[in-house]
Amino acid sequence: MLQIAAFYILAAVALISAIMVVSAKNPVHSVMFLITIFVTTSGLFVLAGAEYLAMLLIVVYVGAVAVLFLFVVMMLDIDFVELKQGFMRYAPFGGLVALVLFAMFVLVASAVVEAKVDPHVLASPTPALDVANNTQAIGRILYTDYILFFQLAGMVLFVAMIGAIVLTLRHKPHVKRQNVGKQVARTRKTGVENTKPKIGEGVTL
Amino acid sequence: MKALIDALGPLWGSLAGIGLSLVYMVVVLLTVAFILWFDRKVWAAVQMRKGPNMVGPVGILQSFADFIKFVLKEIVVPSGANKTIFVIAPIITVVTSFLTWAVLPVAPGWVLSDMNVGILYILAVSSLGVYGIIMGGWASNSKYPFLGALRSAAQMVSYEVSIGFVIVCVLLVVGSLNLTDIVNHQKAGIWDWNAFAFIGALMHGGSPAKMGMAFVVGLVLFAMSIVFFISALAETNRPPFDLPEAESELVAGYQVEYSATLYLLFMMGEYVNIVFMCAMISILFLGGWNLPWGEVTNPFLGFLVLYVKIWAMFFMFAMVKAIVPRYRYDQLMRIGWKIFLPTTLVCVAIVGAYVAFFGGNA
Repeated sequence: MLQIAAFYILAAVALISAIMVVSAKNPVHSVMFLITIFVTTSGLFVLAGAEYLAMLLIVVYVGAVAVLFLFVVMMLDIDFVELKQGFMRYAPFGGLVALVLFAMFVLVASAVVEAKVDPHVLASPTPALDVANNTQAIGRILYTDYILFFQLAGMVLFVAMIGAIVLTLRHKPHVKRQNVGKQVARTRKTGVENTKPKIGEGVTL
Repeated sequence: MKALIDALGPLWGSLAGIGLSLVYMVVVLLTVAFILWFDRKVWAAVQMRKGPNMVGPVGILQSFADFIKFVLKEIVVPSGANKTIFVIAPIITVVTSFLTWAVLPVAPGWVLSDMNVGILYILAVSSLGVYGIIMGGWASNSKYPFLGALRSAAQMVSYEVSIGFVIVCVLLVVGSLNLTDIVNHQKAGIWDWNAFAFIGALMHGGSPAKMGMAFVVGLVLFAMSIVFFISALAETNRPPFDLPEAESELVAGYQVEYSATLYLLFMMGEYVNIVFMCAMISILFLGGWNLPWGEVTNPFLGFLVLYVKIWAMFFMFAMVKAIVPRYRYDQLMRIGWKIFLPTTLVCVAIVGAYVAFFGGNA
């Protein structure tokens, strides 16, 4: 009974927030509602018994991705009037994407996809809960059958990261930087110099 | 909680669970109140001052007086501030700081939710804490809080990475994501606590190769406990990493515009997090509720032992605050990204290799 109540509350909050993401006037509010969706969805994952995915969803999406979203959106100088004008122009395209996604949901929900796939063809059926908890189950599949894809995905992200750094890195000349090793290695001998300049002469540095 | 529902039925079981959570909260809040007083007393003693000494004997009720002062003051919402988010931000900070306690076992068998993915839950919830800061800074509609929020958000995100890797090391050695399992792994005495396992490795013997590797892994864990301590300081914005506040050189960062109860919530969340980090260090590295000479099975004694360890860890936090000068922001980022991140990555590789070649449970 508790689980059903929790499901309906979480699902309702997720749906309402999803509508608010597209209809909120302020983009920052949209991001906030997006975060609400992530949190409620991870609650739904917990209800479905996939606690590992739930925690990962929060760690990765809420803890890292959405923080960057929020950074970017907060820094933008937004003109609300201009934002409104673009709405009708992009509405058909958005509608098309929504339609395709909805069709996919319907296909999955009515099990058209599943019925045509032979269960033996499925590479890795989900093991029962008493055989392996879902952290172990995901680990086993990810690091055995799908290790190549896993590594490739990592490489793609790595290349993207290096690309971002290369694009934004600028070496400014004449900027003094702190060299901690050099500072720590300084002794009295290397740091202090005693000179006896004659009167009327200076010291050349 | 599930055990309660099984024993008492859905209605009374969930009510009992809520009651239990309230008991947890009250204990944590009282601890925070006295630890705040303790913090100020230690700081004062190092600087040869008296510290708070007016309210109650030796000023022990100072935090309660402060609490009443905060609550009775007026909440000022700056004009042009985003009112809803301005109010929600401190609430998020305080709620997330309490949420983490749900999976923390405080004594043998005393835990609200004995989750299989307890550690991941802690990482997930504590990564939510950064939202309170960003939202608070942005909603104030003023540049100083906004810049302060960006600064402290960047700081928290950076140190979360090294904290995550340190925790991964411990998890690999123990072989479980469950916090109770982590404590039970260290029950044999002080030389089996994760921080001192390198001495335990020499005492246990075994083949020279295995003993040597176990010794190396123990040393790695000892280093990791130090990295975790420093990262915990940075993560909870404690001195010497209190760049978000830096009260002697900058304005108060993201909380410039906050006053009264809303400010109190921010500060409370911060201190609840600090106490939580002390508890985490005790559980991950210092044997949790186990005594130095052996296992504890009595929950009351176990709670007492863990409580003493939390206070001892907090004493370290307070001493660091008193004697270490504040870091500059670029130095903070340098330590986080250029020293801790590579070090912890290498350590994860070492511990991983040990587990792969010699089996788990070092």
